[in-house]
Amino acid sequence: MTNTKLLMVTLLGATMLASGAAHSKTLVYCSEGSPEGFDPAPFTAGTTFDASSKPLYNRLVEFKRGTSEVIPGLAESWEVSSDGLEYTFKLRKGVKFQTTDFFTPSRDFNADDVVFSFERQLKKDHPWNQYTAGIAWEYFDGMSMPDLLKSVEKVDDNTVKFVLNRPEAPMIANLAMDFASIMSAEYAAKLEADGKKELLNQQPVGTGPFKFVAYQKDAVIRYAAHEGYWAGKQPIDDLVFAITTDASVRQQKLKAGECHVAPYPNPADLADLKADPNLQVMEQEGLNVGYLAYNSLVAPFDKPEVRKALNMAINKQSILDAVFQGAGKEAKNPIPPTMWSYNTSVNDDPYDPEAAKKMLEAAGVKDLKMKIWAMPVQRPYNPNARRMAELIQSDFSKIGVGVEIVSYEWGEYLKLSKAKDRDGAVLLGWTGDNGDPDNFLAVLLGCDAVGGSNRAQWCNKDFEALVQKAKTVSDKAERTKLYEDAQVVFKREAPWATIAHSVVFMPMSKKVSGYVMDPLGGHWFDGVDLAE
Amino acid sequence: MFQFLLRRIGLIIPTFIGVTIAAFAFIRVLPGDPVELMAGERGVSPERHAALMKQFGYDRPIWEQYLDYFFSALQGDLGNSLVTKKPVWDEFFTLFPATLELSICAIIFAVFIGVPAGIYAATRRGSWPDQAIMGTALVGYSMPIFWWGLLLIILFSGTLGWTPVSGRISLLYFFKPVTGFMLIDSLLSGQKGAFSSAVSHLILPTIVLGTIPLAVVARQTRSAMLEVLSEDYVRTARAKGMSPMRVVGVHALRNAMIPVITTIGLQVGVLLAGAILTETIFSWPGIGKWMVDSIFRRDYPSVQGGLLMIAVIVMTVNLIVDLLYGLVNPRIRHVR
Repeated sequence: MTNTKLLMVTLLGATMLASGAAHSKTLVYCSEGSPEGFDPAPFTAGTTFDASSKPLYNRLVEFKRGTSEVIPGLAESWEVSSDGLEYTFKLRKGVKFQTTDFFTPSRDFNADDVVFSFERQLKKDHPWNQYTAGIAWEYFDGMSMPDLLKSVEKVDDNTVKFVLNRPEAPMIANLAMDFASIMSAEYAAKLEADGKKELLNQQPVGTGPFKFVAYQKDAVIRYAAHEGYWAGKQPIDDLVFAITTDASVRQQKLKAGECHVAPYPNPADLADLKADPNLQVMEQEGLNVGYLAYNSLVAPFDKPEVRKALNMAINKQSILDAVFQGAGKEAKNPIPPTMWSYNTSVNDDPYDPEAAKKMLEAAGVKDLKMKIWAMPVQRPYNPNARRMAELIQSDFSKIGVGVEIVSYEWGEYLKLSKAKDRDGAVLLGWTGDNGDPDNFLAVLLGCDAVGGSNRAQWCNKDFEALVQKAKTVSDKAERTKLYEDAQVVFKREAPWATIAHSVVFMPMSKKVSGYVMDPLGGHWFDGVDLAE
Repeated sequence: MFQFLLRRIGLIIPTFIGVTIAAFAFIRVLPGDPVELMAGERGVSPERHAALMKQFGYDRPIWEQYLDYFFSALQGDLGNSLVTKKPVWDEFFTLFPATLELSICAIIFAVFIGVPAGIYAATRRGSWPDQAIMGTALVGYSMPIFWWGLLLIILFSGTLGWTPVSGRISLLYFFKPVTGFMLIDSLLSGQKGAFSSAVSHLILPTIVLGTIPLAVVARQTRSAMLEVLSEDYVRTARAKGMSPMRVVGVHALRNAMIPVITTIGLQVGVLLAGAILTETIFSWPGIGKWMVDSIFRRDYPSVQGGLLMIAVIVMTVNLIVDLLYGLVNPRIRHVR
């Protein structure tokens, strides 16, 4: 090769490299906060899951994007034994773990990884149960997995069996949750051998669509597309989370082109964002409910007719206008309309202060004085609890009920509101974990949850029988029917005033395509593309 | 001088003990506990709550927890964050350079503009430039930081597009931190344009954080200067026919600087307080934002460790200021 040719080839190569670099697509997401860590299982915050379980890991089963329907993930298929106690999963073959600067996997994903991922949470004496000081498996415990799960067994390299202590129909949906992300047992063994177990939470390795590159605390998280991803390489090359805690600043960054996607806009900024020619604003009903829970153990709120009368005095439309500013829908059932088994035929209590007044009189309630608890924080299901409480206060005054609004620091609020002898009705809400109706109906209204997450302290035997039965049957049509009936009982007994389901907005650059909003509130970037 | 130094250091010991008690008590008198906050709406059962409190060591008598914290802190062990599970010491020193860099820039900004402005105002007492400078200083001093920051972002980043909205450097640049100071690291990285990107990211936060100290320094310089200018020796210097420049710049300034240096030292506390808001607005990954997050999450080890570190830094700076003060004014170090 002559020198000239050599020079030309070199130049050509350099040009190709340079153009390759110029074409590398980087999507910037202005995330709202810092992750607590990169091992999703010990944590409970959505912000942590967005940065860990969603880009980096997969689960045996996954939620179909944009729905709460469960589809195969790292498991290709599964079978449930007739007694509902054994779940056998056939694992996908040829799934690669990410190769990073700090770890090169020597084998594909297999049953050992699944067993490791669950046993470390299940077994108190597992070497990884306390791999870093003060670790707790909050979600695993919160979903009652220690009581539910008897064992996780490797049948062969590509088959895993979960044995339960009792039948539990929502089990499959639980396995699609963030805490059920599959870790690499090989990587864990290497960290253990190196005496650096704590790095599992700082330098993650998974099978997910992106691999971890670097994290600068409270500033930036960098990911790159996982070349060997089993479902194919991503359209974008790099994914960057620019941590921006203030909503107004996120809006400015989005408008200035410093980020492509920015979650949780201020409701007041929506009009401005929608008017920007370079931006698009997606919206979706959140899988949540905001409610007012009466204390059904304390008179006169132990009478369904009193609770119903109060419900009829609440002008929900004015709450939607003033508190949700259009970003909410009236709620009539305890589960949101996007969830399967939502009972459309239930009639909401009509807004009728006159009738409400008469009902109270008929129930022998006069000069009622009550407390309404207003949360001190903004939550997805209630952007301004104080304002909401004031509106309800004014509604109740019209039927002669005097309301005192009380509030506590958030941690105290959560704790005190659980008390069975609590004085007053509590404003609170819920965002679904796994898209299963059981996750609302049993967790928030079941008899076991009285004194805990059942803030109405309501234990109704008809309702309980329906919800407990639905846990044990695996046929979805049958479960649907049971949950529909449970919603009828709920409406008849009125332990809550169901207020609203909020709408979630997601502003992004018009260059972004393929983004699908998650009803469970997560932020996913696989399949997302960026126009040049 | 040595005795003076000893006396000052002697004062630090009781202050340090006081700070540990304050930091320890502060987070515990706030209602709410970390376990309830972690569990959120779901809540935890009383048994699980007790088990977790035991795991974190919060079931022990309060004095035992305090002594454990105090003696561990003396050995440089501040415990692990309840949230990230990482050592508080590591977390602090990962984030501290960002706060320090911003604070240094803000104080330089405040001194380099505040001192000349104060001198200028003093030499033209009662004139309209004096009133304009003092009026502006009053406005600056009263400025709510959050509002001021957003205003600057909307104007300079949003409308004019001159400066970036937030962050420490453009996301295009990616290198491992060496010193933690972005200005230095960007130079060390050798990447073209990195340094200027870091500088452009510093402009707005520096202005926002430096505004209040700037106002204070300008006012303090003016009043100190006015006092000195009316002294006999200044009149003598003037009478000797010395140039006004030399009278003000050399003879008066040296004495006027003593209260100004004290003021600058005291501004360190103001800067750290201001950093909380400034860092939140500009997504600046420093200790101010970290402290606020930790307080909201009732992350006991982070709050008590972080507060202690901040207090130690403020105490150290004040010690240095005291020593400087002694150097500038020999009378002080001889007073018993």
